[in-house]
Amino acid sequence: MDTKDLAWRIRRHAVEMTHRANSSHIGAVLSVADIVAVLYGCVLQVFPDDPQNALRDRFVLSKGHAGVAVYAALAECGFFPPALLDSYCADGSDLSGHVSHKKVPGVELTTGSLGHGLPVAAGMALAGQLNGAPYRVFAVLGDGECQEGAVWEAALLAAQHKLDNLCVLIDCNRLQGLGFCSEVLQVAPLGEKFERFGWAVREIDGHDHEQIAAATAPTPGRPLCIVANTVKGKGISFMENQLAWHYRSPQGEDYDQALRELEAQQP
Amino acid sequence: MRKAFVDTLLDLAAADPAVMLVSGDLGFGVFEPYITRCPGQFLNAGLTEQAMTSLAAGLALEGRRVFTYSIGNFPSLRALEQLRNDVAYHQLSVTAVSVGAGFAYGSAGVTHHATEDLTAVRALPNVTVFSPGCPVEASAATRAAYALGGPAYLRLGKGGEPPLHDRLPADIFHIQPLREGQDICVLATGAIAEQALAAADLLALQGVSVSVCSVPTVKPLDAKTLSCLAKGHRHIVTVEEHNLSGGFGSAVLEALSDLNQTIPVTRIGIPDCYADVAGSQQYLRQRYGIDAEAIAARIQSLLS
Repeated sequence: MDTKDLAWRIRRHAVEMTHRANSSHIGAVLSVADIVAVLYGCVLQVFPDDPQNALRDRFVLSKGHAGVAVYAALAECGFFPPALLDSYCADGSDLSGHVSHKKVPGVELTTGSLGHGLPVAAGMALAGQLNGAPYRVFAVLGDGECQEGAVWEAALLAAQHKLDNLCVLIDCNRLQGLGFCSEVLQVAPLGEKFERFGWAVREIDGHDHEQIAAATAPTPGRPLCIVANTVKGKGISFMENQLAWHYRSPQGEDYDQALRELEAQQP
Repeated sequence: MRKAFVDTLLDLAAADPAVMLVSGDLGFGVFEPYITRCPGQFLNAGLTEQAMTSLAAGLALEGRRVFTYSIGNFPSLRALEQLRNDVAYHQLSVTAVSVGAGFAYGSAGVTHHATEDLTAVRALPNVTVFSPGCPVEASAATRAAYALGGPAYLRLGKGGEPPLHDRLPADIFHIQPLREGQDICVLATGAIAEQALAAADLLALQGVSVSVCSVPTVKPLDAKTLSCLAKGHRHIVTVEEHNLSGGFGSAVLEALSDLNQTIPVTRIGIPDCYADVAGSQQYLRQRYGIDAEAIAARIQSLLS
C-alpha cells in the first residue's frame, strides 16, 4: 500500500471525524498519522479478513487519544467499511474517542489512560518470546505519556527479558495538555533515557516515511525504541505546534480551510 | 493459606503449560518448589505492580492464565486502574493474588494492612472476588479462579490459619455453613471466620447457639443461600477483617436489599479508620473490635 496516500487519507478522515463528532485531539492524530500509515502500509503483517490470525503483528496505540488515526487506518486497510467511521463518538457507536477494542476488528487493546499500552505490549511480546512465536509487537506512545511511571517499569521489564520482538515508537510532538513538555515536565532526551535502560534506540523524522520504515528493522537481543520527532497538527498550517488543537475540533472556516489544504496535498 | 495456594497452583501449572505465576518480587521460601518444577511458568517482575498487572494482561491476551502475586494493597489498590482497564474491561484470565488480608501483616504498619481492597476490587465489573477463610477454601478458590478463565481477585491470609473443612467444599461459590444454631446467623469472610467460630464457642458457654458460615466468594455473592439463611434466622451478623465502608457487610446488605429481605443486619469490621499503632494481628483485631470476644459481646448485646 502507498503509505503517503494512506497518511493523507488518515488526515482527511481526522478532519472529517473530529469535525462531525465535535471531538478533541486532532493535533495528536495529525502528528502520529505518518507513523501509523507506515506501520499499517508496509511494516505490520496484518490480515484484514482474519484479524485474529495468530501470525499477525500486534499493534497497541498507547496514546489512545489518537485513536482516530488507527480507526482510519484499519478502515482503509479493509478491516471494516470506511462508512463506520461516520459513527465516531456518536451515541451507541463502537468507536469511542479513545481507541476501543470491543467490536472493532483489528484493535488489540483499549487504551486512553496513559502508561498502560507499553506494559501490556511487553506482556504480549513476552508471551511471543516464551512461545517462540514469529510475531512482533509494536506500541506507539506519546512523549508526554512518558511522564507516567508505568512506562519506565515496563521499559525495565522489556530490557531485562530482552524482548527484541517489541518495538516502541514515541510520537515526540513536544506538546502535552497544558504546554510544551519542556515547560511542564521535561521528558527529553527520551532516546538517551531508553538507551540507558538497555534498549536499542533510533531517532528519526517522524514524518519521513522512508526513515520510519527503515527504523523498524529488528534489533536482536534488545527491545527497540524509535524516537520519532514530529509536529503536532502536522499538515494543516494553522494547527501546527498549536496547543489549542489538542482540544478544538475544526468547524466553520477552519474546517473549510483544513480540507482545502489537504486537497492541495493529495499524493 | 499461602502454602495451599502455591501447592494448588503448582498442580495446575504442571498440568497446563498456559498457567503463569508472576510475582512482584515476593514469595521468599514459598515458590521454590514451583520454580523448580515449572521454571518456564514463573516470572519475577520486580517491584513493578502497575506494569506487572498490565504485563499479565498482555500475557493473557496471548492465551496465558496468569496469577499475579504480591502482598497487602500492592496488587489491588496500587494497580487498581491496571486491573480495571487492562484486566477487567478486557475480561482476561488474570487473577490478582494478595497475601496478608486485613491485619495479617499487623506489626508491619498501616501500609501493609489490606483493609480497603475488597471495597475497591468488588466495584470492578467482571471481577470475581474470592476471600477464602482457610487453606482448604484457598485451594478450592485457586482452582476456581483458574477454571474461570476470567478476571479474579484472590485475598489470602498470610499463613497458619486452621482448616475450616475436612475436605474441599463442593462449590466454592456457595456460602459454606460451619455451624448450625438459632436466631442469629454469623457470616464471616476471610481468616476472621476462625474468630467468628471462637465467638460462637464463647456464646455457647452462655447458652446461646448461633449459626456460623464462611463466605469464600464475595462476588458474586451466593444469593440463593443468603436468602435461605435470611428466612431461617431473625438477625444476620457480618464479620470481616476489613473496613466497614463498602466491604463485605455492605455487599451482604446490597444482596439482601436486592432480595427484598428486611432482616436486621449488624456489621462487624474495622470502623472506618486506620490502625495507627504497631501490633500483632490478634492485638489489632482486639483493638478494633473484631476478635472473638468483641464479636461475642456484640452478639450478646443484640440479644439483651
